[in-house]
Amino acid sequence: MDIYLPIANLSVNALVIILLGGGVGVLSGMFGVGGGFLTTPLLIFYGIPPAVAAASASTQVTGASVSGVFAHMKRGGVDFQMGAVLVFGGIFGTAAGAAIFEILESLGQIDTVINILYVVMLGSIGGLMAKESLTSVRASRAGKPVPAAKRRHHPLVANLPMRWRFYRSGLYISPLAPLILGFITGIMTMLLGVGGGFIMVPAMLYLLGMGAQVVVGTSLFQILFVTMASTMMHSLTTKAVDIVLAVFLLIGSVTGAQIGARLAQRMRPEYLRLFLAIIVLLVAIRMALGLGWRPDEIYTLQAL
Amino acid sequence: MIRLIALFLFLLPVAAGAQNVPKLVPDVSQREINIQSGFTGAEMLLFGAIIYPRGVAPEGQVDVAVVLRGPTRPVTLREKQKIAGIWINADSTDFRSVPAYYAIASSRSLREIVDSKTAAIYELGLERLQLSPSGEVDAAEQKRFVDGLVDLNRRNGLFRQEAGTVEITDQVLYRARLNIPSSVPVGTYTAETLLIRDGRVIVADDNVQVRIRKTGFEQLVTIMAQDYALFYGAMAVLVSLLLGWFAGYIFQRL
Repeated sequence: MDIYLPIANLSVNALVIILLGGGVGVLSGMFGVGGGFLTTPLLIFYGIPPAVAAASASTQVTGASVSGVFAHMKRGGVDFQMGAVLVFGGIFGTAAGAAIFEILESLGQIDTVINILYVVMLGSIGGLMAKESLTSVRASRAGKPVPAAKRRHHPLVANLPMRWRFYRSGLYISPLAPLILGFITGIMTMLLGVGGGFIMVPAMLYLLGMGAQVVVGTSLFQILFVTMASTMMHSLTTKAVDIVLAVFLLIGSVTGAQIGARLAQRMRPEYLRLFLAIIVLLVAIRMALGLGWRPDEIYTLQAL
Repeated sequence: MIRLIALFLFLLPVAAGAQNVPKLVPDVSQREINIQSGFTGAEMLLFGAIIYPRGVAPEGQVDVAVVLRGPTRPVTLREKQKIAGIWINADSTDFRSVPAYYAIASSRSLREIVDSKTAAIYELGLERLQLSPSGEVDAAEQKRFVDGLVDLNRRNGLFRQEAGTVEITDQVLYRARLNIPSSVPVGTYTAETLLIRDGRVIVADDNVQVRIRKTGFEQLVTIMAQDYALFYGAMAVLVSLLLGWFAGYIFQRL
């Protein structure tokens, strides 16, 4: 079943897009991440122009996270105060991201920067996750209790001025820390088409020291709003949001996410995290190799 | 009266000349290509008749070349080079007039039917396109970029050159098929037919135009995205929210 994408200006197989969305959806349901970090590179491998891939993937992440936000809200797993600060920073981040996008595009370096960012981010976060999950897998194998992570915020965060109380997160820290975190994730969302859950969750746990019960819900809350802002920003600046592409991705991913969420209930969390770490590292390695290998196309064309 | 005769005498050679030149009656299978949701590319049939003076086909072989050409536009071509172990865009050249699409088919290979000067005048063949590269002084470097541009477009299916695909029947009727990929840019295309004999272009006709455009929903989406960006973005967000929420609702009931 072929379908013409009016913004990407090419025809793709709708089934491939739905399956791609579905596969990413299963993973995102299992791990509670938006899955943009997989969607964007996969779309680019499939031949979608990078800007359209990033823009449409962020639209798709909005849809993929909405039901998660509702589920966590019901359980009281969203710190709205923290979420609002993150979103506020995130919206400025998307605006900054749009400016960076424009500059890099005019220099012709957007693709390289996107690739390098992916390699650095996925490589480091995948590495950290793999290390952490291996430790807990070993601990549970040996029958010892998993060493409890120290729940403390980073000294850098503690030193910031003007503290607020975040009751649900159980924190008394400066709002500047989540503001900056939101800002950085906003830039990532704009450039990479990722929701940023895989940066946000570890940052909330290990940098801010938030209580684990509100981390995923608050992260999803921030992702929901920042990807909405990023879709708007892409519509206004790069004009690269392909609504047809986003809808087909969504059909796959929302279905996949529900399946993934059910699968996740049957798996041990430490294995789940190890599995996610391996996927993240594989994507990072593939992208790193892509930078070093001679590309299929030496030349690229840009209309003036 | 004298004036009239003088005018007649003056026009006579022109008319006689025109009489000796065959006339082309070209047409295409579609004057309009509409891009809709199922569009996977198109096949265009370019066909027509050659009307010879006094209705007699000349001795010897005639050849026909057909060209379908999209609107030209300026582009920047970037070249990746390996720098510090990674491939990045390192060099670039601007071209002032690159056709969005260019396909040529001929009854025999272009080298056999026209000399290089004629090919250059009529822009016959991918290596004869007038792309107007700017900025590069070094001829070798310029050629590298031109070759890169042509090669890129050829592999994307936007530049094509096929020899031996124009069928000529009884020296009078000709037909050729050209493939158009789904990634074809919209715009007004020109179909050109050239009648070639003894290495020279005897007559050329480029009066047939083909309009390629998006229609219906695809057109609507494109116009929305371009001109009503705010509304389009809001729609995209809304559709995404609704689909996500709806799926969550359905699966809760299952």
